[in-house]
Amino acid sequence: MGIESEYEIPVLTTTVEKMVQWARRSSIWPVTFGLACCAIEMMAMSCSRYDVARFGAEVFRGSPRQSDLMIVAGRLSRKMAPALRRIYDQMPEPKWVISMGACASIGGVFDNYAIVQGVDQVVPVDVYVPGCPPRPESLIYGIVELQRKIAQQRLAS
Amino acid sequence: MDAAALVASLQQAVPDATFEPVPTVDLHPTVFVSRDHLVAVARVLRDAPDLQFAFLAEVTAADYWPREPRYEVVYVLVSLAHKHRLRMKVRLHGSDAHLATVSGIWPAANWLEREVWDLFGIVFDGHPDPRRLLMPEDWEGFPLRKDSPVQIRRPPHTTEPLQVTAEEFRTNVERDRLSREQL
Repeated sequence: MGIESEYEIPVLTTTVEKMVQWARRSSIWPVTFGLACCAIEMMAMSCSRYDVARFGAEVFRGSPRQSDLMIVAGRLSRKMAPALRRIYDQMPEPKWVISMGACASIGGVFDNYAIVQGVDQVVPVDVYVPGCPPRPESLIYGIVELQRKIAQQRLAS
Repeated sequence: MDAAALVASLQQAVPDATFEPVPTVDLHPTVFVSRDHLVAVARVLRDAPDLQFAFLAEVTAADYWPREPRYEVVYVLVSLAHKHRLRMKVRLHGSDAHLATVSGIWPAANWLEREVWDLFGIVFDGHPDPRRLLMPEDWEGFPLRKDSPVQIRRPPHTTEPLQVTAEEFRTNVERDRLSREQL
């Protein structure tokens, strides 16, 4: 950074890495995938009152092929686990996962045979959002934390 | 129609069966029926002009383990024509937990009986499609039995077998390509 001021031309210099990190974190498109009551809060988050569009993550995609983020919103049953994994596998790299709420994170109150005790047994989770269900603000904070994480991900180690 | 009149009507139609009306808190007529006459009783309930229980609202079961007979299969019937309800129950022993299907009389019983088999392991003889309904198809055990464990510490299955073989997949792709070439 320096030639801008020296030559007084409207140009910013940066690195490819910073540019890619900025592009990735500024338009996280989540896949439309709600499992339980947490999905209601997820929908509220994307609507006008909470308006996650301010953070560039409002475009819920109907196809995993166009998505960057999977918000696991709710309890995951053992029967659903292969379907969840399949949707995750269909998403293109790079991809991230938010585990939303107590049930998705550790099973919540459903400590029984039917519910997977934590979706990190099925997909790798980047951010856990606590709550039962989390308020939309909590989920927005989780997305902002994810953006902070993406901003630190190096392109090559 | 109260329980006594209903039982009298049924007893006349199916003289061999035993009927045992029981008092209930919710005042719904409730009657225990012997297992061997279930289908005959069900047909009378549906077809008799003064009954006309054409709507099978629910089939469920209850497990009273360790009491024997431990299972009670519950049929909730509604007569839309006469605006009355009936709760019909069948007792089953744990060592002999099977009874005849009523899906030939009320088609709605098909999935309801699958659910009862899935969760309680009660076999419905002559059922047209005896598969699991709610649990994964490779599940072992019947989770709503009282002697079944509530918590299972086992990693979840994350893959499901392919629906088609590799050969079928190739054939499908080839057929799809050919159909587009013809356009």
